[in-house]
Amino acid sequence: MIGAPQPTYAVEGHGLVKTFGDFRAVDGIDVAVPAGSIYGILGPNGAGKTTMLRTLLGIIDPDEGHRSLLGDSAPLRQARNVGYLPEERGLYPSMKAFEAVAFMGALRGLPLKIGRERARSMLADYGMGASADKPIRQLSKGMAQTVQLFGTIVHEPRLIVLDEPFSGLDAFNQGKLEVLIRDQARRGVTVLFSTHVIAHAERLCERVAIVAGGRIRFEGTVDDARNRLRPQVRLRTRASDGGWRRALPAETLAQDGTWHFPLPLGGIEPLLRALLDGNAGIESLSIERPGLHDAFVAIAGEAAARQMQGDPQEEEAA
Amino acid sequence: MNELMRAAFVIARRDFTAVVLSRTFIFFLLGPLFPIVIGMAFGGLGDRISTTDLRPVVGIAMSPADASRMERAHARLAERMGPQALPVLRRVPLSPAPRAQLARANADVMVIVSGSPARPVMTGQPQDIQRLEGDISLLASAAVAEKSLHMVHVEAQQVATSVGAQSQGRLVIGRIAQIVIFFLTILLAGMILSNLVEEKTNKIIEILAAAVPVDAIFLGKLMAMLAMSFVGILFWGGTAFAVFLALKTPGASLPDPAVGWPLFLMLAVIYFAMAYTLLGSLFLGIGAQAATVREVQTLNMPVTMGQMLIFFFATYAVDKMGSPPEVAAVVLPFSSPFAMIARAAQVDALWPHLLAIVWQMLWVGLIIRIGVLLFRRHVLKSGGGWWKQLFRSATG
Repeated sequence: MIGAPQPTYAVEGHGLVKTFGDFRAVDGIDVAVPAGSIYGILGPNGAGKTTMLRTLLGIIDPDEGHRSLLGDSAPLRQARNVGYLPEERGLYPSMKAFEAVAFMGALRGLPLKIGRERARSMLADYGMGASADKPIRQLSKGMAQTVQLFGTIVHEPRLIVLDEPFSGLDAFNQGKLEVLIRDQARRGVTVLFSTHVIAHAERLCERVAIVAGGRIRFEGTVDDARNRLRPQVRLRTRASDGGWRRALPAETLAQDGTWHFPLPLGGIEPLLRALLDGNAGIESLSIERPGLHDAFVAIAGEAAARQMQGDPQEEEAA
Repeated sequence: MNELMRAAFVIARRDFTAVVLSRTFIFFLLGPLFPIVIGMAFGGLGDRISTTDLRPVVGIAMSPADASRMERAHARLAERMGPQALPVLRRVPLSPAPRAQLARANADVMVIVSGSPARPVMTGQPQDIQRLEGDISLLASAAVAEKSLHMVHVEAQQVATSVGAQSQGRLVIGRIAQIVIFFLTILLAGMILSNLVEEKTNKIIEILAAAVPVDAIFLGKLMAMLAMSFVGILFWGGTAFAVFLALKTPGASLPDPAVGWPLFLMLAVIYFAMAYTLLGSLFLGIGAQAATVREVQTLNMPVTMGQMLIFFFATYAVDKMGSPPEVAAVVLPFSSPFAMIARAAQVDALWPHLLAIVWQMLWVGLIIRIGVLLFRRHVLKSGGGWWKQLFRSATG
């Protein structure tokens, strides 16, 4: 499957609209996920990420617009080449772990015998060999989630779609999942995942879409997103006032004895000269490249950013 | 189509093994045998109740000589007609008056006949008098005639076959087959109502809907439940056949249905499968809308009543082949399997069965489609026009 010719874009959506009653969950979205890339969809809860993914995967039909999955306008026809981990995890509680993985593969066309063999091997490699024959109801939440993840990739798909894959995992397992995603991408698999934890997207993604209010507010590389903001300067001075203050940009903020402002368009040298000439007494000066989080705040707004940080535990784990 | 069937088979295999390999399946298999075992154990008692205790008891308040004449007449008539055909006679005192005797708290006769066999007088409630008047008149007439009443000898002319008896027998076979198929359907198809609740409560439905067409989920679930039903039927049928062989009276034989036993049994299996899938697809569609087990339980009663209605409609014209109600029952998809099995018992033409099976299959497909459409609209919240959705390819 990996060696099969791939279209330029693994996933495409044009003018997608999906409404539930009066609520426009997806409001005219255009998206194109390059084949073989790791692509992140960022947005706070309720931004429309899940509806967007479900629409692209063909679980629900859009009210307007058209979509294409691996070059096919009927997404279910590509089911064999796609793996999907939904946000709401679900497994049959009485099914054994290896059977659950094989069943999910069988749904997507993998012969059951091969699925069982692969499932056992995947679980063993992951250190879960002893749990392979246990029913799902006897596994911990994290283990069950891992079983479902293996079920998503057991048939060796060309495209993996993961909806909030890091949600509910501890830091150790989040790290393992990141390794797995990178490994899949190395094999040429396109990975599309949604998250409300920016750190994951920042570390993993080549391209991101920032979604808020059912619309894509930004689409591009992580660097593109960061480059939308000028680098931030942090300056500490011994002098609190003087002629040198005129060299600071108008949007400068003073916080805890530190001046914060975006790097002036003219660069750092004129500013430095003015500070030295004005005897500002530079104690420290740093220029920081903005993070994806800063870009997200600038693009989606403060309110969306606050929502993104609604789960401090996950942020911390990430 | 191949992909749809492949996916349906994956779903069916999972559901089938999940049910058949569960511990509760043994109770499912043994459940229907409990009433039969209990029925057999208490069969003798039931027989006794039906032959003795339920016959009306008539009090005879006559002189001992007249009472004896009535009893002798009863014995002679019972010899020819069988004891079931006549009421039980019991002597009661001549006084007090019958009216007073019937008013007593310990009265144990329905009516009292006083006077004499030549001029009997019946005392009792109007409806009881109306019911027993003919019997008492017959008994009194026989008592009056006594020895002058000669029982005429009936000469028997035996024939190997009787079309009249055969059609009566076939009608009975048709009715029995309808009842058996109905009970199997009502016992088994109701289980389908709750079939998608597991997927919805365990959030598996999204994984299934993303991987296979919803049509395949519905079809797979129907296939699994039908296969499970066949396991049950094989077990119950085998047990029933063994009991039949053990209790069979030598020389007794069942009349042949019009299409012959092998074909009739095959058609019975097919029509059960059709009745099951027709109702099952409807129940699956209805049950798929339910979010919880409680909602499914609430739906159970109206659904059972619906099944009863269909059954009564199918049995209504079973003895009037070709009449408008019978044709209507054949054409109406839900009653069609029941009406057609009765037809197979009575009419030997085969082409109507082919036509009916194709017709019923078309309806199964249509009902599944409508169920899928409703599921996509109301559960998955997927939009789109009705007609476009109804006729679109399963893979979208």
